[in-house]
This record gives sequence, C-alpha cells and structure tokens, in this order.
Amino acid sequence: MSETILKVEGLNKNFGGVAAIVDVSFEVKKGELLGIIGPNGSGKTTLVNLLTGFVKPDSGRVFYRGVDITGKKPYKIAEMGIARTFQMVKPFYQLSAFKNLIIPLYSSRVRRLRGGMYGDRDDVAIDLLEDVGFERDSFVPYKVASSLPHGYLKRLELARCLALRPELLILDELFSGMSMSEVASTLPIIERLNGEGLTILMVEHRLKELFRIAHRVIALNFGSKIADSPPGEIMENEAVKAAYLGSEEEGEDA
Amino acid sequence: MNKEPIKFRKERLDRGIKARCEDIFALSSYREILYLLLPRVLPVALLLVFPLFKDIVGLYWEKVLVITCAIALLSLSWDWLASVGLISLGQALFFGVGAYVTGSLNYAFKWPPLITIPLGTLGGALICTLLLLPVLRLRGVYFAIVTLTLPLLLMRFIETTKILGGTEGLSALTPLPSLWVELYVPVFTLLICLFGFRRLINEDYGLVLQGIRDNDRAVMSGAINIYWFKTQAVFLAALVGSFPGAFMTHYYQFVGMPAFALDYSILPLTAAVLGGVGTFAGPTLGAFILVPLSEVLRAFGTLRVVFYSAILIICVVGLPEGVFHYIRRKYHQFERMVEVG
Ligand SMILES: Nc1ncnc2c1ncn2[C@@H]1O[C@H](COP(=O)(O)OP(=O)(O)OP(=O)(O)O)[C@@H](O)[C@H]1O
Ligand SMILES: [Mg+2]
Repeated sequence: MSETILKVEGLNKNFGGVAAIVDVSFEVKKGELLGIIGPNGSGKTTLVNLLTGFVKPDSGRVFYRGVDITGKKPYKIAEMGIARTFQMVKPFYQLSAFKNLIIPLYSSRVRRLRGGMYGDRDDVAIDLLEDVGFERDSFVPYKVASSLPHGYLKRLELARCLALRPELLILDELFSGMSMSEVASTLPIIERLNGEGLTILMVEHRLKELFRIAHRVIALNFGSKIADSPPGEIMENEAVKAAYLGSEEEGEDA
Repeated sequence: MNKEPIKFRKERLDRGIKARCEDIFALSSYREILYLLLPRVLPVALLLVFPLFKDIVGLYWEKVLVITCAIALLSLSWDWLASVGLISLGQALFFGVGAYVTGSLNYAFKWPPLITIPLGTLGGALICTLLLLPVLRLRGVYFAIVTLTLPLLLMRFIETTKILGGTEGLSALTPLPSLWVELYVPVFTLLICLFGFRRLINEDYGLVLQGIRDNDRAVMSGAINIYWFKTQAVFLAALVGSFPGAFMTHYYQFVGMPAFALDYSILPLTAAVLGGVGTFAGPTLGAFILVPLSEVLRAFGTLRVVFYSAILIICVVGLPEGVFHYIRRKYHQFERMVEVG
C-alpha cells in the first residue's frame, strides 16, 4: 500500500452557477478501499463523472498511475483500467443478463488482456455473473434484463465493470435500492475483490456497511471535501456531523 | 350423460418448439420443419422465380420489382441505422451520392457498369460517411436534421454550380448488359443484405451496436469507442444505400438531380414504419407492399404524397408494431388439434 494509483488535484466543476465540486484534492493508494460520503446533492456523482471523463472539469487535474487523464474520453479512461457503475442502473434491457456483459467483453482492452479471445465470450460472461452472486445453474443469467429485480440489476452493473478486468473500480451507490439481505451478500464480494488487490472507490449512503469495509473515508458537503479520515473517526468530525444533521437522517436509499 | 370424452385439445403450433429451446432446433416432425422454414423459404422462392415469369406478368411489373428492391435496400439501410439509434430522414443522400459517383465515372472514363457500380457504391459510401462524421459525436436529433438537409443542399449545390451536368444531369450512360442482370442483381443483393444484416445484428458485434442505441454511456464505460462503431455502422448503411443509386444510374442510363429526390428519403422511412422497425424483414416487407401499391396509384400524380403520409399516420396509430410483427405474432399463434393422451 504505497504506490499512488489515483491523484486528484484542485478539481472544480460548476453547473451554470451551481458549484458541484469545489477545489477537491485527494490521493488513492493501490489496493485501498476508499469510501466517499456526503448528503444528497453534495457532488459525489459529479466527482465520479469527473474522474471517469463523463464530465469535463472547469479546472484541476486527475492523474491515473502518473498519467494525466483530465478531460480524456470515457472509453479511453475505461480502456486504461478504470471501471465505474452508474447510480441509476440502465442495463441493456432487451438483452439477457449474460449478453449484457458481451459488450465490455468485446472491448479492445479485454481482447488484449485475454489474448485474442474468440468464441468463449458467453462462458466468460456466465462466470462473471456467478462471481457477483447469480445462481449459475438457474435460469437467472439467461433472463432478459428487463425482467430482473433491482438487486440483480445492481449486481449486473458490478459484473459489467468486472468484465473489463479493472485496476480501479468506482462504485456509485451500489447498495442503494438493495434489500438488507442483498447488501449482506454483496458486501463480502466487494471485500473479496479488494482482498485480491483491486483498488476500490466507493460512493455510499449505507454508512454502517461502508464503514465496516473501508480503509479510509472522504466526506463531501456542497462540493467541498470536509473530512478525510479512517471510518472509525469520520462521524466524530464536527463538520461531518453538522452536514448530516443539516440534511435529515442518513438516507437508507436515495 | 354419455357425452363424448374429450379427445382433442387445441395447442399452439410453436409451443413444443419453443419449449425445447430458442436457438437449438430439435425438430421432431416434418410439420415442425415446415412450420419453421415456410416463412423464410417461401418469400425467397417467390422473389427468385418472379423474374422467370416476365412473359406472363409483363415487363412493367418486372420494372416495379427493380424499383421495389432499390427502395427495400434503402429501408434496410434505414433499419440498420435505427438499430444503432441513428434516425435517418435522408436516405436520398446515400442514393444520390452513389448515383452521381457512378454516373460521373461512367461519363468521364466510359468504364463499364461492372466497374462503375462497385466503385460508385464504395465511393458513395465513403463520401457519405465523411459528410456524416461530424454529427456522429453529437447526441440527439442532429443526425436526423443533417441527413434531412444534406440531400437538399447537394441538389442546390449541383444546380447553382452547374457541375456534374447541372440541371440537365448526365445522360446516355452505358446500359446494363442484359435483362437478367437488371432483374437478378437487385434481387440477389437484397437477399444478401437482408440475411447479412439479420445475422450481423445478433453477433457480438451487433450487440455492441444495439447497446449504443439503448445506453451509449454504459457502452462507453465498457471501454468501447462508440464513435468508431457508429462510423462503421454508418459506412455499412451507406454501402447498402449507395448501391441502389449506383445500380439505378445504369438502369436508367441517366443521373440527375432527381437522384436526391425526397421520395428516396420518405419511401424507405414509410416502408420501415409500415413493415415494422428493427427486424430488417419488416422494412423489406414494407417496401414490397408500398412500392407496388404506389405504382397502382400512379394515376393520382402528386396526390401520392398525401397517400404516403396517410399510410404513415394510419400505421403509427393503428398498427404501431408494423405489419411484419403483426403477421409473425399471428403465425406463432396458429393452433392445431392434438390428441389428448
Ligand atoms: N448535469 C448537471 N447539470 C446541472 N446540474 C447538475 C448536473 N449534475 C449535477 N448537478 C448538480 O450538482 C450538484 C451535485 O449533484 P450530484 O449528483 O453530484 O450529487 P450527489 O452527491 O451524487 O447526490 P445523491 O446523493 O443524490 O446522488 C447538485 O446540486 C446537482 O443538482
Ligand atoms: Mg449521486
């Protein structure tokens, strides 16, 4: 845990007068599991979009393994090994669950890593679904995405990221909309991935679960970083307390 | 009290086939084979033998077949673009550019159709792709707007600069070598494109294209350069759209501003909506209903546009799924009597 994999320097983003991200800087070490929390509208999703190229910053830089990736196209950033989930899941509804994974598996990144894979994409997809908790010998992996319950769609979203064989995984509220038991079964998967060396940046509203697995937590409020400390201490921080008190109880799902 | 015991019940014909598997056909009887093959083989067979009966149906209707194939190819190209999420309002662009490239090559160098048609198709597709390249980066209605205006713009450009024959066009081009070439080249090209597209869209490559239509952000975050894939898709559509232009140029032995006519944009679009978007077979079927019908109504002159528009509205309101989907649904609901064991 020494090498820096992601370095964010003085990031700013305005949406027509609304300051969504204000002068945010932080670093992520290789192998780290970093949590990002903050009340609704504090800029968490915007931060994810800035890191993955879906939104261009007004100023500031993002370095991934020493390379400046600020303002690069999303597919180029993904190609380099940063995978992200979307807060609002939008799978390819007409395709079956495993066919959803064919799309990232078709990318040049995966072909390069797998050494010109052909023909066995379907098998790889089924394996990936099993990894995120789809029952292999059931019909679930073969069901059309539109017929799957929300919890499965969230995990399909996770599998879509893993298909890329990422080095940095960014999860935008993966647990929102999941039932207690689904969260309980997904938590060990994330722990395991992190244990295997995957660096994970996890935006989450489910604080209790997040604090159980995160190494470090960053708190945002009105787009600014207000705290950066181990999970055990973050809620002791006065600014964080005030931010969460000011914005109702911690939402179960947003 | 001595009612006949029930010996038969109705069963949907496709039930047993569906239950076994969607893709792997384990067929148990010739009737099932017939049930599956008939809707594919019958139209193809009809299309292939139609030119043979030219003496019975008459040359006029054989010519209608050629035009129908041309429009069908344009609506196939439309449907292919739609399956990547690009809505084209100007298939005439592909047709016209393909036609003009072919015509100019033949006019300037006197090359035979065997060379000018492939070159015109390829060159037309390249030019159209380059013209459309800038809009592929934008999301939303821009593609539709640009495809709508480009044919009109090119037409006015030719008119004012008087290049490529200006309003007169280029005439006395080399005719096609024989009637059989005139009839069978469009038919075979149509069949190849139809089955090629149907196949390609279900390959992994096609899944990526469909993904771009459904959610381009998710595809991008899957490390896929969506602009490159869209470019390829537009090039393929432009190839299939430029070919009829190239072919009809030699068929008419003339190319002129009508090659960019609004008809070549509206007819394929109407055919696709009438037949059913998204299956390739639908738009083809649509063209085979619409074009002959509009020939019958030729007597009404310009009123035909009213007629197309009426069809479009009636279809969108009354049969939004399209004729093809409707027929397919009904076909799958065929029932037969089976003995109750
Ligand atoms: N594309 C956009 N255009 C305009 N304003 C935006 C846009 N995206 C985000 N914002 C604004 O930026 C602010 C931060 O939004 P963001 O979605 O990043 O918050 P968040 O922390 O992810 O919230 P939540 O917990 O609800 O997901 C909000 O005020 C939001 O309205
Ligand atoms: Mg958010």
